[in-house]
Amino acid sequence: MTRAPALEVDRVSFRWRRKDAPVLEIERLEVGAGERLFLGGPSGSGKSTLLSLVAGVLVPGDGRVRVLGHDTRVLSGPGRDRFRADHLGVIFQMFNLLPWLPVLDNVMLPCRFSHTRRNRAEQRDGSVAAQARRLLGRLGLDAERVLARPVTELSVGQQQRVAAARALIGAPELVLADEPTSALDADRRADFVALLTEQCGETGAALLFVSHDRALAAAFDRHLELGEINRVAQEAGA
Amino acid sequence: MNLASLAWRSLWNRRGTAALVVVSIALSVVLLLGVERLRDQARTSFANTVSGVDLVVGARTGPVNLLLYSVFRLGEPTSNVSWESYRTFAEHDRVKWTVPLSLGDSHRGFPVVATNRDYFEHYRYGDRRSLKLAEGEEFDGVFDAVLGARVARELGYSVGDRIIVAHGGGEMAHTRHDDKPFFVTGILEPTGTPVDQSVHVSLEGFEAIHVDWRGGAPVPGLSISAEQARRMDLTPSGITAFLVGLESRVAVFGVQRDVNNFQDEALMAILPRLTLQQLWDLLAVGERALLAVSLLVLVVALVAMMSALLTGLNERRREMAILRALGARPWQIFALILGETLLLTVLGALLGVVVMQAVVAAAGAWLGSALGMTISAWPPSPREWWLLAAVIGGGLVAGLWPATRACLNALQDGMTVRL
Repeated sequence: MTRAPALEVDRVSFRWRRKDAPVLEIERLEVGAGERLFLGGPSGSGKSTLLSLVAGVLVPGDGRVRVLGHDTRVLSGPGRDRFRADHLGVIFQMFNLLPWLPVLDNVMLPCRFSHTRRNRAEQRDGSVAAQARRLLGRLGLDAERVLARPVTELSVGQQQRVAAARALIGAPELVLADEPTSALDADRRADFVALLTEQCGETGAALLFVSHDRALAAAFDRHLELGEINRVAQEAGA
Repeated sequence: MNLASLAWRSLWNRRGTAALVVVSIALSVVLLLGVERLRDQARTSFANTVSGVDLVVGARTGPVNLLLYSVFRLGEPTSNVSWESYRTFAEHDRVKWTVPLSLGDSHRGFPVVATNRDYFEHYRYGDRRSLKLAEGEEFDGVFDAVLGARVARELGYSVGDRIIVAHGGGEMAHTRHDDKPFFVTGILEPTGTPVDQSVHVSLEGFEAIHVDWRGGAPVPGLSISAEQARRMDLTPSGITAFLVGLESRVAVFGVQRDVNNFQDEALMAILPRLTLQQLWDLLAVGERALLAVSLLVLVVALVAMMSALLTGLNERRREMAILRALGARPWQIFALILGETLLLTVLGALLGVVVMQAVVAAAGAWLGSALGMTISAWPPSPREWWLLAAVIGGGLVAGLWPATRACLNALQDGMTVRL
């Protein structure tokens, strides 16, 4: 049996208010199971809206967003929250971490909201903490040294790698990354992307990586431009 | 629980502000409980001024008036009870004991109470406690006096000292019975009642200092020395009031009726507990005003907490967005904020109770003697538990708004965080 695609977007349009013009209109977008997709696009091209639709924070007015075969419009509000907790990992542009939690607790946070991910982590590594340490190690953070420090003392690059570990813990099927490298130095960006794609490959997570920095696209299975698939952006650009 | 530990961690991160909120709630709780406690204990010690006395009998007047001068030694008695009437009721077959009281004179502002030794035997206060002598002994001779604890302390008297009784009450009493001084034979232990402020002398002594007086003034040219007075018949012609203890409490209304219907003289009997209650109800307005003020202080503290939380929410929008992205449901965001207010108010209430205990432990005895009552802090009265519950309930209500705001923010922001 083949796995359902991680993400299918079908003839979706989204507008904030009824009278407004749509900010997003996508005919078709698909991310296969385990596929790592680079989605390029300048800011203002509807990236954040798309990610919110995929995460189930927003629902489309028309069309269908299916994540792992589940239509987000069919799920209730709390159902979408639970679904997100169980199946999605999220990395933001910056300030991903809760400053008042130690590094390890930040990484383990998704397992507080999802039994599914906690169980997976425990099955794979014996305990959630063990998986958190393993992922931090794989992402090049010398766990013991980093763990001892408050989150606020980590460099931006370290923080983003902690955020990556958090997105990957408990093996979610889809990881959403919203410009996670924009706050990093140029030479750090490639390193981060390499580590992230490699770890997604290892846990089998599909990756939807949104960035304006096309130089990073080479590390991915596929490269798409949001401007090409979002009709609203095409019109605006034309 | 996971959410609770998150709430705690987040709060700990903001412990400076949180501590201020807790302290302000604690202080308002101290004020609230303190007022309630003082009110409660004032009421109790008020009600405890006399106990075990079934009836107070005096000349016909208002019940509160009779209580005021017989028990609290305040105000002026209007007229007397004749010795014969007193003896009639003292020998009433349902009466177990009586204590005669004659009032009207004073010593340096303290009331002089003339009585007999039954006073020391039968007078009860508080939880049926009897009077005890701190030093010396009860009066025996005509010119002996026994002082209340406060009289002795404030005027620095000890056994053997000589005191002069002034005619009339108050500091303004200038006509003094200086031809017949009294000698202190005993000093009572503190009771927290008007007994502490009384100078007790024998009825005979009281009669003796007035033997050469008529109509409230010395008779000119007539002077009877203390020695001469001693040899005279000093049975008083009348007394101000008397306390009655009955063989059985069941008889109380029967005896009261007998007194009120007494043909020879217009007398009145009151049930002291009942009249104390009436008197207290008169004084209750001030007590309610105090309680209202302390409730307002509590409201101010809770509003301060609410504003601190609301201010904090803006800084914590990102925190909420991260939690939402990780799968936190809106109700969990709501619960996180509400849990925080609950924690703050519970901590504030606990600290308030602890501070209250500490204050009473440190200053209770001093305060008690200054106010003439005993103050204990433990256990809290049922009303205090209610007040604490109201504080915590008020805290939750104050938390509803910030929690709702956080919840709406989280729904609106989703995962995009505006900075």
